[in-house]
Amino acid sequence: MNLRRDVFQAIADPTRRAILLLLTTQSMTAGAIASNFDTARPTVSKHLQILTECELLKQEQQGREIYYHFNPNKMKEIADFIEPFRQMWDTKFNKLEAVMKKYKNK
Amino acid sequence: MEQKTKIKAEDGRQELVITREFDLPLELLFKAYSETELVEQWMGTKVIKLENKNHGSYQFETSYNGNVVFKANGTIHEFVPNQKIIRTFEMENAPIGVQLEFLEFEKLNDDTSRLTIQIIYKSEKHRAEQLKLPFATGLNMAHDKLQELLTNLE
Repeated sequence: MNLRRDVFQAIADPTRRAILLLLTTQSMTAGAIASNFDTARPTVSKHLQILTECELLKQEQQGREIYYHFNPNKMKEIADFIEPFRQMWDTKFNKLEAVMKKYKNK
Repeated sequence: MEQKTKIKAEDGRQELVITREFDLPLELLFKAYSETELVEQWMGTKVIKLENKNHGSYQFETSYNGNVVFKANGTIHEFVPNQKIIRTFEMENAPIGVQLEFLEFEKLNDDTSRLTIQIIYKSEKHRAEQLKLPFATGLNMAHDKLQELLTNLE
């Protein structure tokens, strides 16, 4: 399994990015996280599962509750080689698309 | 949302694959690669030479404030309109070396198309140099920004 690619898939989703952002300042339970979104609770659970599986989040049992923590080390991995390279190409290709759309409508 | 541009760079290999789906008909996507003025517009570089034919060659050059900041060239091995381009690419004065590129253009439907670029480097190390480049640029930009902030604070 290519773990690094999974991390990228994990952060490709806007809801998952919002969850990560939410957890940068505090640890929260699944219920508390879900209350920040209009999305159905099972959908949020699924997002949490994906984020936990690729180690962007860590679970910690506190009494009867499970708290989700942000894992900064894993986040650092995302800022590694490939993502800036991908973004560079993405920007270039967006430009290509824009140039050609303008060209087509001439 | 799924990412439009994908990069596959498996560990231990000297190649990478870039895939992108375009909201453009195949013919227009191919044109973006074959017509000089269009290449110049989206790549943001000056095209010195572009011979779209088997065994042709090409040269790009970018200047900034009157200085040449980017020079690249290569030879075109095979050129099949609306299907594929097989070419070499080399960025001058860069430690990446010559790379072999297979560009495949595919029609998805009347309005959308896909481009797959397979790039083969001399070694895994050369591939790493390529990946490092935008990473370093990004870091430098962040660093410059920081520098700027610090300077303004003084």
